[in-house]
Amino acid sequence: MTHTVLVTGVSRHIGARVAGVLASDPDVASVIGVDTAPPWSQGRSYDPSGRAQFVRVDLRSSDIADVMSVADIDTVVHLSLVSAPSRSAGRDSMKEHNIIGTMQLLAACQRSATVRRVVVRSTTAVYGSSSHDPAVFTEDLEAADTPNHGYGKDAIEVEGYVRGFARRRPDIPVSLLRFAPLMGPTVSSPLTRFFVKPVLPTVLGFDPRLQFVHEDDAVEVLRRMAVEDHPGTFNVAGDGVLTMSQCVRRTGRLTVPLPSPAFRVLGEAVRRAGILEYSPEQLSLLSHGRAVDTARLAHELGWKPKFTTAAAFDDFLRAHGMPGGLPVALVDAVAELVRPRGDTGGE
Amino acid sequence: MRSAPDDDRPGRVIPFGKGRDRAYDAYGHAYDADEARGDHGAERRVDHLTRFMDFLRRRVAGDYEVDEFGFDPELTDKVTLELMRPLYRTWFRVETLGAGDVPAESGALIVANHSGTLPLDALMLQVAMHDEVGRPLRLLGADLVYQLPVLNHLARKTGHTLACREDADRLLRKGEAVGVFPEGFKGVGKPFSERYRLQRFGRGGFVASAIRAGVPIVPCAIVGAEEIYPKIGDLPVLARILGLPYLPITPLFPWFGPLGLIPLPSKWMIEFGEPIRTDDYDPGAADDPMLVFNLTDHVREIMQQMLNELRLRRGHAFPPLF
Repeated sequence: MTHTVLVTGVSRHIGARVAGVLASDPDVASVIGVDTAPPWSQGRSYDPSGRAQFVRVDLRSSDIADVMSVADIDTVVHLSLVSAPSRSAGRDSMKEHNIIGTMQLLAACQRSATVRRVVVRSTTAVYGSSSHDPAVFTEDLEAADTPNHGYGKDAIEVEGYVRGFARRRPDIPVSLLRFAPLMGPTVSSPLTRFFVKPVLPTVLGFDPRLQFVHEDDAVEVLRRMAVEDHPGTFNVAGDGVLTMSQCVRRTGRLTVPLPSPAFRVLGEAVRRAGILEYSPEQLSLLSHGRAVDTARLAHELGWKPKFTTAAAFDDFLRAHGMPGGLPVALVDAVAELVRPRGDTGGE
Repeated sequence: MRSAPDDDRPGRVIPFGKGRDRAYDAYGHAYDADEARGDHGAERRVDHLTRFMDFLRRRVAGDYEVDEFGFDPELTDKVTLELMRPLYRTWFRVETLGAGDVPAESGALIVANHSGTLPLDALMLQVAMHDEVGRPLRLLGADLVYQLPVLNHLARKTGHTLACREDADRLLRKGEAVGVFPEGFKGVGKPFSERYRLQRFGRGGFVASAIRAGVPIVPCAIVGAEEIYPKIGDLPVLARILGLPYLPITPLFPWFGPLGLIPLPSKWMIEFGEPIRTDDYDPGAADDPMLVFNLTDHVREIMQQMLNELRLRRGHAFPPLF
């Protein structure tokens, strides 16, 4: 059976890659990518095979319904979630994009007679991060403190609309994917931009557990979900966790531990100055961290992400040429000094 | 049998010691005591240094593993436990009995009494589990611990997590030895006059977790912690202002300032009792409140009895003085 797939958010990194991968899948007849700006205007290579089309649609308008009725779409892959406000547009525009965009898209899907599969990207930010949550979230758990701002809040609302849609159209299998923060050579997110700063501010007295998913694995999960029926909600993350201290040691960068009130005050200042993106949501992640259970996805797909959390992070560091830096070099130098001649460390 | 750590293996985790009958050096490698005494002394020192440098490199490079709860076995074995061991061996002279009663590998729920104003009993129980039983203890701790800076990540790194149903179930399913203090703050913060009297046992959530996982409950009595900071008074108003569950007055605190934080060197004994099986119950029995209450009471009675006997057996708290 061949598919006609609609991918939203193709001018964003993951969207462009998913559209490209689906276009080269023999089971997919055609791919229609939509976004407010063409991917090439963002400097992304969009589908080298040239089989994917691009249509400029603002999801906040009802134009998307016209595109869907004309093109006989049968699979909708909704990736157009903005995780951080852009400096120019701000938080209101991000919220409108995420929530109104999703509502318009789902409204069009509900009317459609041809759609028979919907895949929606969400985030593990829906679980929030706090000190009184379980260490590992499964899909059924609800956070003690549900996020009341930012990306996490948007994602919770988006998920609410997705569940409403699934109730009204029980004939359409809906996959809801909660992705851990993406990590990899070409990912650009608030978190990846954080780790390439020359000096890393951390929250004094806190060492959160972080979890990442490699971009290649994220693309593979979305591809599988787009061409097979896997209804349900799934966490998507690389195996294992890294603590913040492990991450910064791997970068070899200096850290500046700041007490969390100072973080809040200074964070606002540096955000205004445009040095660093900062949100209260990030502060709670940098304090308490978050880990999710991915057993349900592994069981459903019979597949595990190729990159563990640590491997994804190392791949990101390799691509940015950050091999560990001065502290490790120092230890190596001392080790060389104390190592007796002729002894290579073994017996 | 000794081999230098392999640099190529990322995130290498050194295995835990398996009981007291084998000798381990500070870096987790078993060694032959005879060999160490022989003329290989110099060679051993070099070997030691190499291992230390490898350890240092792993730490500095962030090249070690933590589990999903944040447990860092390498840091716990080589730093945290090393720091607590003098307190365990020399200061409190802890004697541990019945270590053989703790299941060696499968999941188990260790239920202990809580006392001492500051939870040093949790740390000593952890050393006892590591050194005498040979497995890591995964404690379920109070919310407060995870809100405080520094303490929150130290607790996670040494293997502990928040006392909640999900974490308890998850650890037990993974076959870990999970420890709980069901008395909570009521136990650790009770006045000196109520020493060795078990307080109320929460809502019995720990029993339900054990039944769901089908793991045995190991009752554990800790004698000695009651005398380390005898709480003879309380400052409830100041405690409330500081957001603490209690602020104690002891014979030394707050009169002597930070010196008052030095625990009195009481003699300690820790005893693990015979495991109480829960695998004959249906996992659904965890939702039967009557059964859970009864089993909770049963465990509590056994522990009170163990405490009374162990206290007699220990005798004076500060031998040979009084």
